[in-house]
Amino acid sequence: MTTDGVPGLVALVVVSLATLAIGTYGLRISRTTSDFYVASRSVRPRLNASAIGGEYLSAASFLGVAALVLTAGAQMLWYPIGWTAGYLVLLVLVAAPLRRSGAYTLPDFAEARLGSRRVRALCSVLVVAIGWLYLLPQFQGAGLTLTAAVDAPEWVGAVVVGAVVVLNVGSGGMRSITFVQAFQYWLKLTALLVPAAVLLVIWAGDGAPHPSGGGPRWSLPLGEGGQGLYTTYSIVLATFLGTMGLPHVVVRFYTNPDGRAARRTTLVVLALLGVFYLLPPVYAALGRAYGADADDTLVLELPRLMLDGLGGDLLTGLVTAGAFAAFLSTSSGLAIAVSGVLAQDVLRGNYSGITAFRIGATVAVCVPLAAAVLAPDLSVARAVGLAFAVAASTFCPLLVLGIWWRGLTPAGALAGLVCGGVGAGSGVGWTLYDGVPQSWVDVLLGQPAAWSVPLAFAAMVVVSLLTRGAVPRHAGRFMVRLHTPEVVPLDRG
Amino acid sequence: MPMRVWQRTHLGSESDRATFRTLHTASLASPALREGLTAASAERAVRHLRDLLGTPALAVTDTEGCLAWDGQGDHHEGQVGALVASAVEKGRTQSFGRSDLPCQVPGCPVRTAVVSPLVVEERIVGTLAAFAPYPTAGLALAADETAQWVSGQLELAELDASRTLLMEAEVRALRAQISPHFIYNSLNAIASFVRTDPDRARSLLQEFADFTRYSFRRHGEFTTLAEELRSIERYLLLEQARFGDRLSVRLGIAPEVLPVAVPFLCIQPLVENAVRHGLEGAAGSGTITIQAHDRGQECVIEVEDDGAGEDPDKVRRALAGDVSLDAVGLGNVDARLRATYGDEYGLVVETAPGAGTKVTVRVPKFAPGVSA
Repeated sequence: MTTDGVPGLVALVVVSLATLAIGTYGLRISRTTSDFYVASRSVRPRLNASAIGGEYLSAASFLGVAALVLTAGAQMLWYPIGWTAGYLVLLVLVAAPLRRSGAYTLPDFAEARLGSRRVRALCSVLVVAIGWLYLLPQFQGAGLTLTAAVDAPEWVGAVVVGAVVVLNVGSGGMRSITFVQAFQYWLKLTALLVPAAVLLVIWAGDGAPHPSGGGPRWSLPLGEGGQGLYTTYSIVLATFLGTMGLPHVVVRFYTNPDGRAARRTTLVVLALLGVFYLLPPVYAALGRAYGADADDTLVLELPRLMLDGLGGDLLTGLVTAGAFAAFLSTSSGLAIAVSGVLAQDVLRGNYSGITAFRIGATVAVCVPLAAAVLAPDLSVARAVGLAFAVAASTFCPLLVLGIWWRGLTPAGALAGLVCGGVGAGSGVGWTLYDGVPQSWVDVLLGQPAAWSVPLAFAAMVVVSLLTRGAVPRHAGRFMVRLHTPEVVPLDRG
Repeated sequence: MPMRVWQRTHLGSESDRATFRTLHTASLASPALREGLTAASAERAVRHLRDLLGTPALAVTDTEGCLAWDGQGDHHEGQVGALVASAVEKGRTQSFGRSDLPCQVPGCPVRTAVVSPLVVEERIVGTLAAFAPYPTAGLALAADETAQWVSGQLELAELDASRTLLMEAEVRALRAQISPHFIYNSLNAIASFVRTDPDRARSLLQEFADFTRYSFRRHGEFTTLAEELRSIERYLLLEQARFGDRLSVRLGIAPEVLPVAVPFLCIQPLVENAVRHGLEGAAGSGTITIQAHDRGQECVIEVEDDGAGEDPDKVRRALAGDVSLDAVGLGNVDARLRATYGDEYGLVVETAPGAGTKVTVRVPKFAPGVSA
């Protein structure tokens, strides 16, 4: 190993230690009754929003967006726009009612709303599927980062992140998860913002060269004609509607004390994400201007490309730390969500609480880890896009109809989940099998959201109308609970 | 020895088989009867009861009239009321002849009736009315025996219902269970500050008012962990006013679990126990530690004291519901947690003489039907 690897390695160790330290000692502890109030104060919307941002901004956001914009042009900005706008949909339609439902996970919501164990079971399967699909690119990104930073083989990074996550989650080490994740957001923002500012100054000093070598393709839509238009709309739909169906996002809303706080939190998240997503396009444009290689590690390589010596090393260390924080936080959040579902719905009965959770955590991490090591060629942002497509085609209809339409029945929910899941899932299978889009079939299956989301909605509505008699008896009462602000005195039992 | 095997597996003599059949029929009727005497339960049980007696028609009634009829001749349903009234008045099994059951339908098998009262706790709640073409002593005897068996089942139903009522009463009792000593001691402690530190006395009185308001709250079976902790804070402030430096408190609360819905007053009794035991130690002072952890789908709450500890056997008996011991709160909290979340969510108590006590409560973040 040459000295090139030192800043990356230092960053990696520092981030891991800081994460562990905050996780272990970040708990509010008081030694007198006068501190009782401080120690038992619920999480404020701002802190919670930082934590959601920290958990949400994954490898795809930190590394993937800049690389996509560098290679495919401005149209790729639809991804960060969609990932942010997803919270707008969440804010308007879902945040407060979901919090008032008292559900911790998406299967909990399905059970509370529809009173059906079968819908719950299917939701659990989907949570695990989406979680794994989302974990896969995190591990791949970790492999790429470690290869770029310390020149290790690609599987090393994936295994390192996987191991840290299993240890942390399995040992209950993430004791104050909210503080850890909030810290990760600010770390990620700093790790992109400071280098970007420095690099922009250098760029200005160099006479502000224009991005070169783009040509007309850089500003064209995703593909030409009808296919490009379809792909664009499909991405928009998947990202706008998929956010609410991500298992690790939903569980964080439980931390809010009430529906109003859930709304405020979402609003702050929108602002935090908006600020963060301004930065990756800056890297992409600078990469163009300085002729960087077009791959997923652009963000990591740009500082050394533009700046020699110690300055370049420091900035490289900073972005590496940010990238590593991105993998750790997102994969921890996902691993907790997936292992919780595995422990509760699969392993319970055979093992006690803590053992079940540990086994769940190990399984939750090992399956996508194996996939990442065996299939290293899938593009990071693309796999995340597919996870969003599956979430948008399954949980989005369930949540939106479950919250806003009294007539949803268990049979209708099952039909919609199956239609959306199979539809988007076939797209996933097709893409994993054959990644290069050529014909219309490839395009339709590669970006399934534009047809699978309406299909799932239609199936839910039609089957619910056909089984009208099966509307759960408590539906009316439950709707009242979802939509009545907490200040209204009301018997919510 | 094939002969012996056959002997062991065959169904016995004709009379044995008749006994098995009778017992089986009775077992089919008993689940409905264990729900108490209602039109719905009578409807489900009456068919099996008629099988048991083998009469053409059978009715189960309350003290007014028919609840359920099985078999032929249901045009007689309207006449049952008079028969029931007569049997209820006499308080024993009555036979009725053709004159009591006028009928125009040719070949109708409902010509005579045997009406036996159903007695629960020495009170007649209804009757069993068996109908046949002509009266026999056997039918009267059989109807009487069956009515006694049904009465037994209904008494069991009553027992189940009173057990549920008892559970609810326990919650109410716990709400009203602020000990008179606590009120007396708190007010005394506050009084001692009135001259020396009026501000503190005023704020303590405010805490006392808020504490009693929460504890006497009437509505809602559940509350949030945050609310429960707030009430515990008030309780500890009042206790500290009395004990001063002898009582110290440590807290470690993961803020993620504060919104969790928990049964009303499920932690506070544990803290009261801890304070009492913690200060019983040799040094006369003690430390209470309250911790709440986030464990994925569950929330784990621990209440610990470094006091005198307890004999594990005594704690086991208290958890089993032995009210003679000075830990009513413990058994009550345990029973309510199990009733709400299932048996795997009972209290875990770790203790030994001289080693302090640690009580652990596990609560799922979401359970159907549980919301604050």
